[in-house]
Amino acid sequence: MIGIESVSKAFGARDGSQVVALQDVSLAFDRNEFVCLVGPSGCGKSTLLRLVAGLVEPSAGRVTIEGAAVDGPRADTGIVFQSPTLLPWASILDNVLFPARMMNVCTPDAVRRAHALLDLVGLAEFAGRHPRELSGGMQQRAGIARALVHQPDILLMDEPFGALDALTREELTLELLRIWSDQPKTILFVTHSIPEAVLLADRVVVLSPRPGRVADVVKVGLPRPRSFAMEAHDEFQRCAGRIRSLIFGDRATAA
Amino acid sequence: MWFFAIPGYLFPAPSVIWAEMVENAGMIWGHTLATTRTVALGFIASIVISLPLAVAITSSPLMANTIYPFLVLTQSIPKVALAPILVVVMGANELPRVVITFLVAFFPLVLATAAGLQSVPAELIELGRACRASRWKELIRIRLPYAVPFVFSGLKAAVTLSVVGAVVAEFVNADRGLGYLIVTSTAFFEVALAWAALIVLSVLGIVLFQIVAVVEHVLFPWSAGKT
Repeated sequence: MIGIESVSKAFGARDGSQVVALQDVSLAFDRNEFVCLVGPSGCGKSTLLRLVAGLVEPSAGRVTIEGAAVDGPRADTGIVFQSPTLLPWASILDNVLFPARMMNVCTPDAVRRAHALLDLVGLAEFAGRHPRELSGGMQQRAGIARALVHQPDILLMDEPFGALDALTREELTLELLRIWSDQPKTILFVTHSIPEAVLLADRVVVLSPRPGRVADVVKVGLPRPRSFAMEAHDEFQRCAGRIRSLIFGDRATAA
Repeated sequence: MWFFAIPGYLFPAPSVIWAEMVENAGMIWGHTLATTRTVALGFIASIVISLPLAVAITSSPLMANTIYPFLVLTQSIPKVALAPILVVVMGANELPRVVITFLVAFFPLVLATAAGLQSVPAELIELGRACRASRWKELIRIRLPYAVPFVFSGLKAAVTLSVVGAVVAEFVNADRGLGYLIVTSTAFFEVALAWAALIVLSVLGIVLFQIVAVVEHVLFPWSAGKT
């Protein structure tokens, strides 16, 4: 469904030199697949996400969705950022409706959908509240509902739980899996957390830094539905160990 | 006052100033209205010109580099020196007073609004782009609302400076207004009347500032709660 074909991306640095964020990356993702992108800082995982979102253009190669080259933002992708970035002046309901408003598709149907999504993420009774009245975790739930309101086929998530405390993070991880089984979508999920990646993903793309390229793709053979109890599972340990050694080399496996 | 033996013609007792104020209430009220009118016109001109200017400045680095030098130039010219020239150019009427008021007041409003427009989180702009919003929609739906708290801090500075600007203009050329009243009354050594005008001026400044604060509180409660 999503094709990344020999994509390179270089940014112009302030001193005029070129910084290569991604070099010759080729990947293919299936419909309704859950893919996590893991790698150290500077490996270009956020850049990869923004390429699929159509927010940046590749320097070489091309990104395709359903066979069509991505040449700008599309209506069938939704995006969630690390910080919830809700509009402080708008109610939670209006925040969720924001993409629909921006795309001029704020129909009564969209409003019904927004209410259903708020129900799905457990914020039904907070529809009329303002972002500052909500905790960080609740704000990020609203951010997820916002990304889903225009019924995208693809959900792009850039370290969505990175700014949350550990407990909220686990809670939202399970919640995301529940949402995904309720509304199947292709999800690209950028994270720094190896356990999080293994628990969520069908496949984990491990990127290595400077220049960013694919170190390997690890297939996670854990059954679904998943839970944190699976961290003790052999397959979980095997995948996590594999990813760790890809990122840190033999240092991690020796320890 | 008696303790320091300051003569009454230099610093009249508050009771004397108060008596002067009551006695000349009608006349002072007339001057207050005249000054308020100049302040209001200059302040409105500041808003009408500053907001689009700030949008232009933040639209591109080229625009910023083109416009900023002119803005700084308008601020480096002493308004007291400019006022008599403007009177010659524009005539001895209300226009030069409004222009001087505007020139004194608008700069902080431009700076604050521009800062607000640029303070929008990059991710929110990305979200707008991901929703394929036009630049106009991005401005109306994201940038301007985000700048509201900044705009109001600029408005609070501008409304206070508008009073200063109006008085400066009235010193140079006016036949009415509290600034004019101070100049004429001191010329006749009516110090108590000058003090009365000064007190009314400061009250005027406080009242106008509070009006801006109340407007912010009523129309944009989420903004007022922040600052």
